[in-house]
Amino acid sequence: MLLVYCPYCDVERAETEFACRGEAHIARPADPTQVSDEDWVNYLYMRTNTKGVYAERWRHIHGCGRFFNAVRDTVSDRFLKFYKAGETMPDLEAIAKEAGK
Amino acid sequence: MSDLLANDLITPDAGEAPLLAQADVSILKAVPVTRLSYRGREGSLKAAGKAFGVALPVQPLSNSTAPKRAALWMGPDEWTLLAPEEELNAVFEAIEKGLGDTPHALVDVSHRSLAVIVSGAKAEWLLNTGIFIDLSLEAFPVGTVTRTIFHKAPVMLWRTGPDTFVVESWVSFMDYVSGLLVQVGQELAAA
Ligand SMILES: [Zn+2]
Repeated sequence: MLLVYCPYCDVERAETEFACRGEAHIARPADPTQVSDEDWVNYLYMRTNTKGVYAERWRHIHGCGRFFNAVRDTVSDRFLKFYKAGETMPDLEAIAKEAGK
Repeated sequence: MSDLLANDLITPDAGEAPLLAQADVSILKAVPVTRLSYRGREGSLKAAGKAFGVALPVQPLSNSTAPKRAALWMGPDEWTLLAPEEELNAVFEAIEKGLGDTPHALVDVSHRSLAVIVSGAKAEWLLNTGIFIDLSLEAFPVGTVTRTIFHKAPVMLWRTGPDTFVVESWVSFMDYVSGLLVQVGQELAAA
């Protein structure tokens, strides 16, 4: 089982309290009526499907209820960083390098 | 028995038989209380606390209490407010009046959940049979309050004493939660 840190509760808890909600930092187009079908499909469905270090959204659904972001290595499942929703995406390459990837 | 008085709001329901009464752990149904769900931003907290009668805590997983009042941190913008059952209208109106036009949400959720008091030397052990949290006093001191999962049911866990916990769950899950607690507790007696 994964241990996940919630930056709002400031505790590490078992994965069962959380829900993973896929890739982070995907901004909804400000004006959907101006977006082409192709771009809308890209926004809705297309993800980088990274093998390695990437940022994803998590929700502390059975705790404080908050969404936050985590940097996880999808190969080892190891978490490398947790940060609050709204904070800018950290430098993934630097984090990967630091972790020896 | 004084330890079983979880606090002055969550007290054993004298009209209910204990679910479990063993020397090392007991499970008692708690009396009904007023439960309010309060949601609001930082700017609203002072007025809300003043109207309610106790400040809303901002430290994660903490609680603050005053006589017949308890405010429990649920999230960075969410609190559960407890008061005696018969004070529902008075408390609700006082908070609405105190906040005026300040944006907030106040909802009566009194009948959404039920509470049991799990108490005794083996209380921590018993809860850990279904909750994956370090419940030692260092990691989970008296006053800690959190939502979590008990086996498959969402619960709220509030440590009101070194050996006393309040376990709250939604009404329809309480048979499952208290049933499992009783079943495992009885194995202690059989051991
Ligand atoms: Zn949390």
